[in-house]
Amino acid sequence: MLATRLALGLLTLAGVAVVVFVLLRVVPGDPVAMMIPPGATEADIARLQARYGFDRSIAAQFLIWCGDLLTGEFGTSISLRQGVAGLILRHLPATLELAVLALEIAVILGGAVAVISARLRGRWAENAIDTGNGLALAVPDFIWALAMVFLLGVLWPLLPISGRIDPRLAPDYVSGFLLLESILRLDFAVAGDVFAHMLMPALALALPLAAIIGRVLKSALVEAMSEDYALLARVKGFSEIAVILREALRNALGPTLALTGVQFTFMLGGTVIVERIFSYPGLGNMAIDAVINRDLPLIQGLVLTFGAMFILINLAADIGAVLLNPRLRHGG
Amino acid sequence: MTTDAKCGPSRREILAASGAGLALSALLRPGAVLAQADDTVTIAYNVALPSWDPTVGLSAVNPTIQAIYRSVFDQFIGQGPDLSFQPGLLTAWGWNEDRTKVWMDVREGVRWQDGSPFGPEDIVWSLERAGKPETGNPIQFIWSTIGNFAIDGNRVTADVLRYEPTLFKWMAFLTAYVMPKAYYEKVGAEGFEAAPIGTGPYMVDAFERGAFLRLKSNPHYWGGEPAFKTVIFKFVPDATSRVAEVESGASDVTLEIPYEEYDRLKEKPGLHGYTTPVSDIAMIFLNDVGPMLDKNVRLAAHMSIDKRAIVDLLLSGYGEPIDTLEAPQYAAYDPTIKVPYDPDKAAALLAESGYGPDNPVRFTIQTTRGFKPKDYEMIQAIVGMWRKIGIEAEIEVYEIAKHFELRAQDKLAPAAFYNWGNAIGDPTTSTGFAMFGPSPHSVWDTEDLDAMIGPLWGEADEEKRITGWKAVDRYIAEQGYVIPLLQYVQPIIAADRVKVTPNVSGALQPAWMEKAS
Repeated sequence: MLATRLALGLLTLAGVAVVVFVLLRVVPGDPVAMMIPPGATEADIARLQARYGFDRSIAAQFLIWCGDLLTGEFGTSISLRQGVAGLILRHLPATLELAVLALEIAVILGGAVAVISARLRGRWAENAIDTGNGLALAVPDFIWALAMVFLLGVLWPLLPISGRIDPRLAPDYVSGFLLLESILRLDFAVAGDVFAHMLMPALALALPLAAIIGRVLKSALVEAMSEDYALLARVKGFSEIAVILREALRNALGPTLALTGVQFTFMLGGTVIVERIFSYPGLGNMAIDAVINRDLPLIQGLVLTFGAMFILINLAADIGAVLLNPRLRHGG
Repeated sequence: MTTDAKCGPSRREILAASGAGLALSALLRPGAVLAQADDTVTIAYNVALPSWDPTVGLSAVNPTIQAIYRSVFDQFIGQGPDLSFQPGLLTAWGWNEDRTKVWMDVREGVRWQDGSPFGPEDIVWSLERAGKPETGNPIQFIWSTIGNFAIDGNRVTADVLRYEPTLFKWMAFLTAYVMPKAYYEKVGAEGFEAAPIGTGPYMVDAFERGAFLRLKSNPHYWGGEPAFKTVIFKFVPDATSRVAEVESGASDVTLEIPYEEYDRLKEKPGLHGYTTPVSDIAMIFLNDVGPMLDKNVRLAAHMSIDKRAIVDLLLSGYGEPIDTLEAPQYAAYDPTIKVPYDPDKAAALLAESGYGPDNPVRFTIQTTRGFKPKDYEMIQAIVGMWRKIGIEAEIEVYEIAKHFELRAQDKLAPAAFYNWGNAIGDPTTSTGFAMFGPSPHSVWDTEDLDAMIGPLWGEADEEKRITGWKAVDRYIAEQGYVIPLLQYVQPIIAADRVKVTPNVSGALQPAWMEKAS
């Protein structure tokens, strides 16, 4: 099954590559037109076209790009004048660390909200939690981001507004995973600073996802609480919270996990705007500059990278759901 | 719980320590958010530095990036904050009598930031490299006008291959940076990108692409060590975040923020502001198609725009209305050329061509939205003004990349909003490239205008050349070939401890910043 899913994933990625490549060459905005110097002649413009390979047919350009992909290169960025693969590899850790932290916050917040809401079912507190949940869900991540900049960055300046680390620290680490590496090195000054820089963007990304997790998990918990095994646990004298945590939660996790996988991919898409607002040097921020500059090789590389991440996350969510649910494992 | 000395801390211990350390470090750091060392100035900058080679690629022609390049590298010829030219790595320069040769005197006693000596060889190598098409210098068309260099002591001479009157002005502008010959040849392009060196007032200390740049002062700088020993450029492209940066005290200086925010922030305790007209103008290109072939329509479209009202109402008063493509700081600015705001005259002109409110002339006007301050709102206001006299314009919003594509193909709509920079203030780089038919950036292409402009490109007599360009500007105004709107004003907000010298070129140079007494 895993092999089939992987093969399907690769096919999907190939489809994405074709669509993105063709679309970028059909939509308006010639990258060479943005580079034409004031006194350029026709020959100068032709030379520019040739320099970036835009003088060839779309099919020829595509074949060259496919050849680059097979050798592990994604071409050369027009605006940054560096290999696209290298650029993506250098910025990917920042986005991954941010996304993982946001996911962790979303799972913890959403899980806590679901459990508390299920425990307080029928009371006024449940309504209050549901209202708060609805607000978190209704407000998009970039609005949360702007609100946090105002509240925690300006009004009560507790957290840094921009970047990934205080420029005065800038450690000479070997990996791009600043948070992970600083923790492994027990370098808490750096770890704390990186964590502080990530907190606001991660929270902004996490809140809508937390609301979804909270809502879905709560429904699943409520359903599980009416099952026979929950009744049996109550008869045995388990407290209500123990029934939720020991009996209902495990059974409610399956559907929540599958949905979290899907929603996590949406959250990754949200990193584009949120990284921009916080000037966070990840793939999303780079993607906006790439689009503004019509940097076709970089856009192609970024879209493929995001595509690959989406496929892998969905695959991981499916595998997780199977592991958690024996009926799925045995095809039942 | 014990720790095995051989194996190091256990996973659980690491996790526990990490959690505690993280929480403490993150929560006990408000001071760190605000702290600014006396010798450090932090700038929330609006554009990220894409590449370190200031002579090639897209970033080389981005005027805003020049502030960073000018911090690390020196230009052949320097430029003051008022666009005046001054000695740089060249202390003197000029042409011979018949303009067949140029000479340049090279500054002595300068060292590269790696300690190696700088000399005339670096000047020659930089100019030769810039003039080769294969190196990808976007201003190669200027640098290739001289060649056959010779060095005699600290003097460099070269043959003029094609006379270009603005050559020395360009030596203070885009891509005119002196690069280290020996170092570049040793480390190559990739090595230079990783560890760039120049002769400028600051040296690169740390750089994280897309995030920040940390510079430290060059103690041996020939122009004297700058006031701030450390400069931090935080790359913050979002204007709201830049406002928050300076308002929270996380940055000392920022620029290019909404004028409403500028007015608010400059009144806040601990902050002050600067507004300077910069070498960047807003204009409406007219294309020689359809209704724009009618001179009455063109002039009516221009005369019916109340530019002062646009500046006052949309830009909070920050902007200078202009009637030609020359701003007051430019060499060919002529204050006597006026296109008055006169809606009655505009209506009469339209009536001559059979148009009026009941029978409006119709065309499309293209504009960006959010690319420049209030660009779309300006065009909305202009369309409203036009409607009153009998011009019905449909607004088409496009991305700036689409504008470049259409302009290169000469397929812009009859009217198209754009902005035009000219940091050397020469008429060739404003009226010239914008209005001369064969230029890939011109939109209005007619023989009458090209015939006037053509001879000026190679005019050797400077006074005659500038007078000629003024005549061109007057003719353009009379014919209504373009609608200049206003000169932009750059807003800068700074902490009270920092004194900023604004720059008409728009490049916010940290070497010109001082500590407030």
